[in-house]
Amino acid sequence: MKQLFSLTKRNIKLFFKDKGMFFTSLITPLILLVLYATFLGNVYKDAFLLSMGEGATLVPKSTVNALVGGQLVSSLMAVSCITVAFCSNMLMVQDKANGTAADFLISPVSPKVLAFAYYLGTLFSTLIICAVALGAGLIYLTAFGWALSFADVMLLMLDCFLLVLFGTALSSVVNFFLSSQGQISAVGSIVSAGYGFISGAYMPISNFSEGLQAVMSFLPGTYGTALLRNHAMRGAFEKMNGIIPAEGLAEMKASADCSISFFGNAVSTGASYAILVGATLLLLGVYVLLNVMKNRKKK
Amino acid sequence: MQRNVIEIENLSKAFKTVQAVDNLSFKVKEGELFAFLGVNGAGKSTTIHVLCGSLKKDSGTVKVYDKDSADKTVLNRMGVVFQNSVLDKSLTVKDNLVFRGALYGLFGEEIEKRITHLASLLDFSDLLNRTVGKLSGGQRRRVDIARALLHKPGILILDEPTTGLDPQTRKLLWDVLANLRKQENLTVFLTTHYMEEAAEADYIVILDAGKIAAEGTPLSLKNAHTGDSVSLYGVSEGEVTSLGAPYEKIAGGYRVSLPNTGEATQLILQHPEVFRDYEITKGNMDDVFLAVTGKRLTGGKEQ
Repeated sequence: MKQLFSLTKRNIKLFFKDKGMFFTSLITPLILLVLYATFLGNVYKDAFLLSMGEGATLVPKSTVNALVGGQLVSSLMAVSCITVAFCSNMLMVQDKANGTAADFLISPVSPKVLAFAYYLGTLFSTLIICAVALGAGLIYLTAFGWALSFADVMLLMLDCFLLVLFGTALSSVVNFFLSSQGQISAVGSIVSAGYGFISGAYMPISNFSEGLQAVMSFLPGTYGTALLRNHAMRGAFEKMNGIIPAEGLAEMKASADCSISFFGNAVSTGASYAILVGATLLLLGVYVLLNVMKNRKKK
Repeated sequence: MQRNVIEIENLSKAFKTVQAVDNLSFKVKEGELFAFLGVNGAGKSTTIHVLCGSLKKDSGTVKVYDKDSADKTVLNRMGVVFQNSVLDKSLTVKDNLVFRGALYGLFGEEIEKRITHLASLLDFSDLLNRTVGKLSGGQRRRVDIARALLHKPGILILDEPTTGLDPQTRKLLWDVLANLRKQENLTVFLTTHYMEEAAEADYIVILDAGKIAAEGTPLSLKNAHTGDSVSLYGVSEGEVTSLGAPYEKIAGGYRVSLPNTGEATQLILQHPEVFRDYEITKGNMDDVFLAVTGKRLTGGKEQ
């Protein structure tokens, strides 16, 4: 247990001390912030106002800001929980590439402890960064338009936690097969550049073609995004109840990925949680299996 | 009688079609400085990885302190200094050693004491709070050795430990290792490309294409695979020719090549008038390596 604690501490410390790894993990969230600050925020604001129709003039400015802010915060968290986990877990690959893994293997420490320490290290590093990001997001909402209840905040935290667990498990399985600096760069770039799109952070999933939406409905991360959207924007939508017709609100929710469907069937919040937890457990099982097989092969 | 701490019998290991190690057998005695020589790709690293249990062997037996090398407990008795430093460059020297100590179950005061002792022994006490990435090559190598010695191993495996180091640091490292061998009966398993380091070994195994090309003490290897040379000064070429042995011109004289010291002695006794100012030199380990493998070891490069 002490060994696991020490190795996990080493992994966390190394991630925060390694400037390259740390700043790379922040690239995607930073791109998203720049996009929102420069034009995306206005685009979404205009789109929401257009959807509101005549009611737009009756909705308070703070509620509109809460809506756009909710979308920004949910997008930011949907991206960060996965990409930060991927970058943090690159330590596992870096250790293989620079020979540190070989150094660990000539010690009597169990390979199971090593594998688990990488998972825990990534989990805690990502949780720390995501907690800071969520905190900053909530401060932003407080300043520009707050519409969240205490339960919303708690649920947002739960969503982030589950998404980080999922991102860590997914990156553990993917990174297990990598072993060189070149692969780190390639996978890091693909994840950083691509995940913003497939999570619906840069552009709502509802804007994609039907075929692409069908493909994305098989990705567990999509349900994580939907959960975050629901909880980050619920308060703002509630404030518009009675001002905007119910049909208009439903349309706005769908266009903002709050309501998501799987081949035409609406997926409930409970089902989204089940998919996210199930996918995480499955990936963890695969990670454990991969490590067991690797150790058996060596023997 | 010294006991064997490493016993390798008929070890073979292939990677697809490449036979990295081919029916290798040798023993290493406790407290010995054992040199394992060979050009890159000769099978040294493969043997070391099998020895450390990080690579599966195809056949043969590898025993460390009478236990199979695959047994994880033997790793408590071995320390390895890799060719390239494998410490975390973003962390401080102390953090690195603390985290590595945990791998061997060393925590708290125990690891603190050990680090203090090793830092003093290897002369890096003032570097403990410095980031490893900011250390010079020599400083980093000293920390590498400390890392390998954290758990007080009986066997220290050094994989080209002094490559790229300045002479002063090389000397410091060898002095420390000599001390450790004397005080703690440490067995040193060395691979090196510096023949003058190999010449200090108690026993040498020369590997070529995964097989043992020659083995023995430095003296026996020199006697078996090289001749002596006698450098003569203040003589004419005619006098040297009269000796009837092959020779070459050197600065200020001539160098005569002879098969062994016995023949050199005989020649001196037969021609005392020619041997007024001379020196006898035995062949060196470079000559042995060249004679045995047909290759030269120059800073890791095969020639």
